[in-house]
Amino acid sequence: MSVLQRLLRSPEGAIGLAILCLLAATAMSAGAFFPRDPLSIVGPALVPPFSDMAFPLGTDRLGRDVLAELVHGSRASLMVGIAAAAVALVVGALVGTLAGFAGGLIDEALMRIVDAFQVVPAFLLALAFVSVAGASLPVVVLAIALGAWTAPARLARAEVLSIRERDYVAAARVIGMRPLEIALREVLPNALAPVLALSSVIVASSVLIEAALSFLGLSDPNIVTWGSMIAEGRNVLRSAPFLSIVPGIALMLTVLGVYLFSEGLGQALAGRKART
Amino acid sequence: MRRAFLLVRRRAISSIPVLLIVIVGAFLLLEAAPGDAVDAYLLSIGGGDPALVQSLRESYGLDQSVAARLWLYVTALLHLDLGWSVIFGRPVLDIILERLPNTLWLMGSATALAFGLGSLLGIVAGARPGSSADRTLSIGSLALYAVPNFWLGLVLSVVFAVQLRWFPTSGIETIASGKQGLARAFDIAWHLVLPVASLAFVYLALFLRMMRAGMAEAWRQDYVLAARAKGLARRRIVLRHVARNALLPLVTMLGLQAATMLGGSVVIENVFAIPGFGRLAQEAVAGRDAPLLTGIIVVSAVLVVLVNLLVDIAYALLDPRVGASDAAA
Repeated sequence: MSVLQRLLRSPEGAIGLAILCLLAATAMSAGAFFPRDPLSIVGPALVPPFSDMAFPLGTDRLGRDVLAELVHGSRASLMVGIAAAAVALVVGALVGTLAGFAGGLIDEALMRIVDAFQVVPAFLLALAFVSVAGASLPVVVLAIALGAWTAPARLARAEVLSIRERDYVAAARVIGMRPLEIALREVLPNALAPVLALSSVIVASSVLIEAALSFLGLSDPNIVTWGSMIAEGRNVLRSAPFLSIVPGIALMLTVLGVYLFSEGLGQALAGRKART
Repeated sequence: MRRAFLLVRRRAISSIPVLLIVIVGAFLLLEAAPGDAVDAYLLSIGGGDPALVQSLRESYGLDQSVAARLWLYVTALLHLDLGWSVIFGRPVLDIILERLPNTLWLMGSATALAFGLGSLLGIVAGARPGSSADRTLSIGSLALYAVPNFWLGLVLSVVFAVQLRWFPTSGIETIASGKQGLARAFDIAWHLVLPVASLAFVYLALFLRMMRAGMAEAWRQDYVLAARAKGLARRRIVLRHVARNALLPLVTMLGLQAATMLGGSVVIENVFAIPGFGRLAQEAVAGRDAPLLTGIIVVSAVLVVLVNLLVDIAYALLDPRVGASDAAA
């Protein structure tokens, strides 16, 4: 039985995969269904949801289509979440491999830097970084990655420490490969699997941090994000709470989808391991 | 106790270089910001002539090189001088110390709620893995774990503050109420109910899930089989043998979560307009107050290190194996 089949067998995996596929489809088809700029004004302000079929989820206080904003907002959330996790994993894996492989003073210095990044709250760090570098999508991605690369770095280092004593590493040394080449071509690929297992947790927390940053107004003002929608709806929280509630539900479903998928995947992979 | 002391001393010494890296890093990061404190100040007073700018830069020491100012900053820090806030016109440390108690109350209560209720519900779920109570709690906690805390705060305030009017929507206490002593304490507690709940629920779910996973693992251990073979009551096995062993990783998690909780309180304090440390961070960002923001980062790092030291002590007291090598050396 393949991993995919196992994944679909577990209810967690199936539901998680379904949510993620739906989200990806939404994000990719946003331009096709809602070709207009989601921030353009299309109708009367504060149309309640399910009352006018032209605006199924209603409009906000400036008369913008909530559904269009929601669909376009999925792009920012997914893009930032995945990109931040990718940066964090690559940087973390490289630093961890380097630290574990080099050992000695380099290891000590790198791990103290990892410690330093871990004692500063990731959200504060992101806040400070965005405030210094200015709010734009790449900056937000970097700001989030800045607080997320330490866990993969620690894990990669621990893996590398156990791998570097294996015979095939000794063999690579004997045939005259250079240390950096051994670290990147022999050790890193084998240390990668457990590090990749962290990716779903990092994606989920990145999506949440992005939302919190844009909720506080620290995101590109020309891009719709779910966090900025919640912040915008907050101005009319008493009269039209749905404006804040709807994007929050989308956020929750996204994060839930990621968690369910990773749990299902974990079970599927564990099942395969137990069998072989 | 000696074991715990030695452990803490070793950890405290090793955290000094870490804090030094944080200080230098925070200083250099904020140094890279466009504009400096004088620019921000001029903007707030509506501009000034070049001579004033020059004299201001000199009085703040901003005309010196980066390295020289970093050295000044670090040496001043040794005297607990965190610099001068631009937007408040007061020493950074004073402002931070003024705001910190509110945040510590918020975080402390949230931690207590999350840890207490989370581990309790985790025991309920883990007492019989696979039971209907377990499945309900597992699914519920997973859903709760995915909720963004600031959104939960908004929803709670719509329901309980706006609609039901049970709790106030914002603030830390009733302004100018003149309440003293116990009445004031109750007033603050009443204001903190919703913020604490919105901050705590995510961690409650986390602790519940960890406790449950730890107990599911413990049920498979031989010592549990032995306890069952001895004919101990199920209740006793659950509490004294299974839950007790599953509790230790949660204590570790307490330390790890200190940093994320401090970050989370930034947003929660914004939602409920609590004048705390997190809101201060936001004000510093909005006012481009680099000395204040640097101070906030440094103090938060110190706070996280302190919480982790406390967790180490708790851990050493709970687990006799921890720190044994230090005591022997």
